Amino acid sequence: MSYAISVNGQIHHVEDDGQTPLLWVLRDTLKLTGTKYGCGVAQCGACTVHVDGTPTRSCTLPLEVAASARITTIESIEGVEAQAIRDAWVARDVPQCGFCQSGQIMSAVALLRTLKTPTDRDIDVAMSGNICRCATYNRIRAAIHDAAAQLGTAR
Amino acid sequence: MRWRRSPSEPRRGRLRIGRWLFATFAAMIAATLVYALYPRPMPQTQAIQIRQPLPDIARLRTVAEFAAIADLDQRSIALFEEAGRVIQHPRCMNCHPRTDRPTQTDAMRPHRPWVSRGPDGAGESALRCSTCHGATNFESSGVPGNPMWMLAPIEMAWQGKTLGEICRQLLDPARSHMSRKELLQHMSEDALVGWAWHPGGGRKPAPGTQAEFGAIIKAWLDTGGKCPA
Repeated sequence: MSYAISVNGQIHHVEDDGQTPLLWVLRDTLKLTGTKYGCGVAQCGACTVHVDGTPTRSCTLPLEVAASARITTIESIEGVEAQAIRDAWVARDVPQCGFCQSGQIMSAVALLRTLKTPTDRDIDVAMSGNICRCATYNRIRAAIHDAAAQLGTAR
Repeated sequence: MRWRRSPSEPRRGRLRIGRWLFATFAAMIAATLVYALYPRPMPQTQAIQIRQPLPDIARLRTVAEFAAIADLDQRSIALFEEAGRVIQHPRCMNCHPRTDRPTQTDAMRPHRPWVSRGPDGAGESALRCSTCHGATNFESSGVPGNPMWMLAPIEMAWQGKTLGEICRQLLDPARSHMSRKELLQHMSEDALVGWAWHPGGGRKPAPGTQAEFGAIIKAWLDTGGKCPA
């Protein structure tokens, strides 16, 4: 079946089964490989994208549901929060192997859009669904604090 | 005395032994082939007599099966104990935790990843249940779903409680936030409760059907809504 899917501000016409996970469509059909496949069962968060602005695991979102939403992937995440997170990630040299980082960044941006000055607990709660095999959690938490501080200064 | 046969003499003795050996081996091989290739009927499965029929754990007893209990209070308690097979099933208990964290699987282990009920039972503001759980079960990932996917209020915690304690809690509007009529509606019609019978992903459903469960709850309430000790 054919679906018109809005990804990163562009409408793509995709011919696929409605039960195909959005992750496969992004990576295999649209060649947007920044979103990673980690587990396929919503346990690791590597495939996190924004669906109508809300962080969502694309491995567990059927194409037929995603087709009615506005999808944003790591390739086009933008805005002051995204910029602050990117600056903090670079300054803290957060990634190690980097595989989980697109998912981490998508969750971190969504967190800062929800909570302007998150506490350690807020960060732990928001990021607990994103697993990092390199255990960069301390750097991730510090970078989110840095980004929040930068946004606070900018405001 | 001669130690060696002259080259002109025939090897009769050796040839005779060689023929016998060859004939014996050939006969053995032929016998093996005949035995292996001889058509025989395949072994057939045989029914083993079951001495005691296994209990049908997926079945929920009907209301009519409780009619034999003459004492109304005892019948009411028996009905609730039957309903308890659903209420205390992991498909229901996992979303009635006594902490802010749901449990999962038949083992009722803590939910992975780490999630918390948040202000409305549907997750924290930055990690909602809908981050992973959609409107329906998704067979590809095995993640269950329902439009109302959320935890029961903490006042309705069932885990760690006896069936009698759960019963009294259900009948207490201060904790259940429901009248008896609303309770019956919740049990027999609520779509999220109904998920317990259609859990998908290879999960074991609750016993019976939601309609049968609703009928038992109704009969329990009609007989006075008595609770086990």
